Amino acid sequence: MTKADIIESVYEKVGGFSKKEAADIVETVFDTIKDRLEVGEKIKISGFGNFVVREKKARVGRNPQTGQEITISARRVLTFKPSQVLKTALNG
Amino acid sequence: MTKSELIDAVADKLKLPKGKAELIVNCVFDAMETALKSGERIEIRGFGSFEIRHYKAYEGRNPRTGAKVDVKPKRLPFFKVGKELKERVNLGEGPLDDDDDDDDDDDDDLLAEEAAAEDR
Repeated sequence: MTKADIIESVYEKVGGFSKKEAADIVETVFDTIKDRLEVGEKIKISGFGNFVVREKKARVGRNPQTGQEITISARRVLTFKPSQVLKTALNG
Repeated sequence: MTKSELIDAVADKLKLPKGKAELIVNCVFDAMETALKSGERIEIRGFGSFEIRHYKAYEGRNPRTGAKVDVKPKRLPFFKVGKELKERVNLGEGPLDDDDDDDDDDDDDLLAEEAAAEDR
């Protein structure tokens, strides 16, 4: 499934828009989520899951090819935690 | 941001009635859930991808009591953040929401929705 399939679904199931409008709408949904994640906000979609930005401390890693030690800098990463509802739906 | 705040934001930006924005946001996540249920991979360019990972059965332990527990095989969605969003999140500033790991609000939300439906 790609964004095009999601757009198609909105176009068919919600209706009342052209395909171009449906595409802009779906783009707005994801843009809104991305803008909030960028500023460190958590996104909680009930029944689906939570997107959470986490702070990772700097640590020493290794280049697996050469074995050379390298410092992995501190960073912010995005994690997804599926909701219990989604987990149950996938294993029902 | 919760789903209902996302719905409000989308309604605001697109000058749509809230009810319409609600149908749209629900439709987006329903479509994704349906794809995952059928084992399909989802790729949203600029955002990330989801795929189903299969986990084998294993014998776990209740961390509190130490009792053995049989964990059944299961399927779980795995999200991989897209390159663009990965960079934006890493360069982003602003206080992080607390890392409270609460996913159980889902059930509360669903119960609230059910209660609201019964009231109608």
